[in-house]
Amino acid sequence: MSMNNQGRPSAPAETAAVATHETFTGNKALQMEEPLLFEIGRTDICGVDLDEPEDFAPALGGHARTAELDLPALSEPETMRHFVRLSSKNYAIDAGLYPLGSCTMKHNPRLNEKMARLPGFADIHPLQPLSTVPGAVDLIAELAHWLVTMTGMEAVAMSPKAGAHGELCGMMAIKAAHKAAGRDPKIVLVPESAHGTNPATAALLGYKVVAIDAREDGTVDTQAVKDKIAEHAGDIAGIMLTNPNTCGLFERDIIEIAEAIHAADGYFYCDGANFNAIVGKARPGDLGVDAMHINLHKTFSTPHGGGGPGSGPVVLSDRLAAFAPLPFLRKEGDGVTWVETEAELREGESPFGRMTAFHGQMGMYVRALAYMKSHGADGLRQASEDAVLNANYVRVGLQDLMSLPFGERWCMHEVLFDDTFLKDTGVTTLDFAKAMIDEGYHPMTMYFPLVVHGAMLIEPTESESRSALDLFIATMRDLVMSAQKGETDRFKGAPFHAPRARLDETRAARKPVLKWERPEPRKVQPEAAE
Amino acid sequence: MRYLPLSDADRADMRARVGVSDIDEIFADIPESARLKGLLDLPTRQSEAGVERDLARMAARNTTASQVPFFVGAGAYKHHVPATVDHLIQRSEFLTSYTPYQPEVTQGTLQYLFEFQTQVAALTGMEVANASMYDGSTGTAEAVLMAHRITRRQKAVLSGGLHPQYREVVEGLSAMANDRTVALPADPAGTEDILAAIDDETSCVVVQSPSFYGQLIDLKSIAEKAHAHGALLIAVFTEVVSLGLIEPPGAQGADIVVGEGQSIGNGLNFGGPYVGLFATRQKYIRQMPGRLCGETVDANGKRGFVLTLSTREQHIRRDKATSNICTNSGLCCLAFTIHMTLLGGEGLKKLARINHASAVKLKAALQGVPGVQVINDAFFNEFTVKLPKPAAEVVEALAEKGVLGGVPVSRLDPGKPALDDLLVVAATEVTTDEDRAAFATALKEVLA
Repeated sequence: MSMNNQGRPSAPAETAAVATHETFTGNKALQMEEPLLFEIGRTDICGVDLDEPEDFAPALGGHARTAELDLPALSEPETMRHFVRLSSKNYAIDAGLYPLGSCTMKHNPRLNEKMARLPGFADIHPLQPLSTVPGAVDLIAELAHWLVTMTGMEAVAMSPKAGAHGELCGMMAIKAAHKAAGRDPKIVLVPESAHGTNPATAALLGYKVVAIDAREDGTVDTQAVKDKIAEHAGDIAGIMLTNPNTCGLFERDIIEIAEAIHAADGYFYCDGANFNAIVGKARPGDLGVDAMHINLHKTFSTPHGGGGPGSGPVVLSDRLAAFAPLPFLRKEGDGVTWVETEAELREGESPFGRMTAFHGQMGMYVRALAYMKSHGADGLRQASEDAVLNANYVRVGLQDLMSLPFGERWCMHEVLFDDTFLKDTGVTTLDFAKAMIDEGYHPMTMYFPLVVHGAMLIEPTESESRSALDLFIATMRDLVMSAQKGETDRFKGAPFHAPRARLDETRAARKPVLKWERPEPRKVQPEAAE
Repeated sequence: MRYLPLSDADRADMRARVGVSDIDEIFADIPESARLKGLLDLPTRQSEAGVERDLARMAARNTTASQVPFFVGAGAYKHHVPATVDHLIQRSEFLTSYTPYQPEVTQGTLQYLFEFQTQVAALTGMEVANASMYDGSTGTAEAVLMAHRITRRQKAVLSGGLHPQYREVVEGLSAMANDRTVALPADPAGTEDILAAIDDETSCVVVQSPSFYGQLIDLKSIAEKAHAHGALLIAVFTEVVSLGLIEPPGAQGADIVVGEGQSIGNGLNFGGPYVGLFATRQKYIRQMPGRLCGETVDANGKRGFVLTLSTREQHIRRDKATSNICTNSGLCCLAFTIHMTLLGGEGLKKLARINHASAVKLKAALQGVPGVQVINDAFFNEFTVKLPKPAAEVVEALAEKGVLGGVPVSRLDPGKPALDDLLVVAATEVTTDEDRAAFATALKEVLA
């Protein structure tokens, strides 16, 4: 999810508190300055050996390229260096603790990568005859079985390509179900604390979004839900709720909310971004959920890869199962059939359409299934318990110094603090986060959820050892005390030890430069001309 | 459990520290009636070796593209990816990083996104590109929504040469968003009169070139007619390598260019993950969906990169955003960027020539098979043939002979008898003379 420092320009440092020693190259030991590939690439080399085709007789019918294609190349060794140097400027979960709340930065097992690269999965085409890929269909069926079993749901739509795409799929199924019932309700209820994708998804489908307030305790106000339902009686398409919610809390009244929305002929969409807190502990199907996407990259550890690819299968209740988009799996006896087109449909199957070309994120399916098999039912439950235990351990370790907006109650897999503890220190939430970078940590999620001022959402995940948590807690305590003592030099202008100081986001947005432009050629001096 | 660092002793100590004797006390907010008491009805944990064995057995049941003479295209293509690409994208710092929201410690990701945007803009001949979409099909649907926002009209005209599954994705989303689409009948030879379908209500015309059937289409005249009626031209491609040899859509007047980038740097993966390429004109950037990376300076005046113009996006605009998407295909665009870096413009042009030459040879080989008729006159690396029998049957029979001989149009566009004997075939730089000969021989036998 996207909620870190969003829309808040970071102020450039006024003075660098740490003296810097300049070098001729700009490089400093292992900290390399890396130009853009366009600045070091050349057009007279190629990093791939290709032979000119013999007897080239094009059949392009007048469509041949005449426009310039000005893209330089790097040789293979230069390419290695360029991208290895770039990689060294990235923080990653394999490098250190990455406590981004709601993003779930957990260990990415390399077994998953190895399995996804088996030629039998990586080197098969989505449109080769299905008779030549029975193992691929089996894999999807097995993964689907794990997903519906874990969630207690009737069916699963596998093809959505990411979490938000899954939301879209779920809401499209809900819209299709209403249409099939001859209804056309216009309202979707969305709590204020919801991920931005929720209201955006509903709006994309033409729904009007009605916000629901949170209670003092950080959970959805059940009475407010009922009031909104009454206010818009007969026009409620459904509710989009995250559970555990974005404040790191479990919505205790979830069943009551589900019953209220069902009684109003609406559907309950659950944002499953935080499913990793409850796998093996509770099934969304038992809570009254009709549709929920599962971020395979969060709960089942497929790597985030700098922002994607994700994968967002959607589990569906029996009320929505018939509307699952193409392609879908049909169970038949002991086996399954992969249904690709409307021509193959049977009575009672009425898919609302198709979310994407082909079958979805097969590469992610393999990784997720490898992860599930590695854990098993016992390990998945243990992982949820450890994630929740770790978050509460961090909460207890910091709650006397940092401020908890909703008091000392159990949190799920993430713990939410606010910036009350920074009041009158002159240190902002952003300063605090940037100072964490100097301590070797990726900052936590900031300014989200929006319902809390100066939110800091910490999710350690189950991947962290006790000693890693102890060091993290000690570091955070040191930073808090430092801020409260008035040591603002440590915060203002931080980070001091990153590849870059704070970047001017306002300038980037005001005059967007979105690609490299070749500099104007320098005027050739007359005496230098041939 | 090998992925979990806590020991039972750690857990006991930590429970004591937070003040519970049983972990279930922490889960007390879950309603009692919905709390799972035992384990889920799923297998228990497996060793690393056990998981490998299970998955390797499943994988072994599939016929891979490298094992057989292979001519399957229609939106996904078998190309050679240099070993460097996969090695580099597996570096921890790329693989296990998150969306670059803390730019000071994510310059690696941000810089390659900026390089990616530059490469995509150059390839498509457009002014700006975003940092990727999920894939070509979802990108096309987003392009249509974007055109509706820009023109404030709601009718999209879809060419009959558009990939049928792309068409379905566009139609599905448009219908749900209360927009209209008009899809022209299937157009194997590229002879449809799309100009006649453009009127003053049209928001955009969506045209694929090379088309689903492989036919190269003149976009210029379509752009002119669209613009004369205040509509936009959305140009779609599924084979990005074609841009090394054919005139880019940007040079032909396209307003939005969207396509599939899988062919560069990314494997087949049974359909995903892929990488959607999305480019447009400068004046439309605030209506563009997806993520953008921009250049700026840091506090010390050094050049650096940040995600920018996020005020278009869902996490700021919520229900007013240009799109609900919040992720991109980060790692897949890294693979694309690395492969494109190795190729450069000249390398891509050469690769495109090899691909085209390979298809021209395939055409010659198949034309020698009695009863086979090639539909397309101008094509890149794939084209459509008309067979004397239903193509679906022929493909199955070929598979039994160990040849994966293309995609029957009826698989994607069923229930249209006129299309039943059409087969889309592709050849690339990995196709050999032996492959082509084996295909022709097998096809001769199947048709005999």
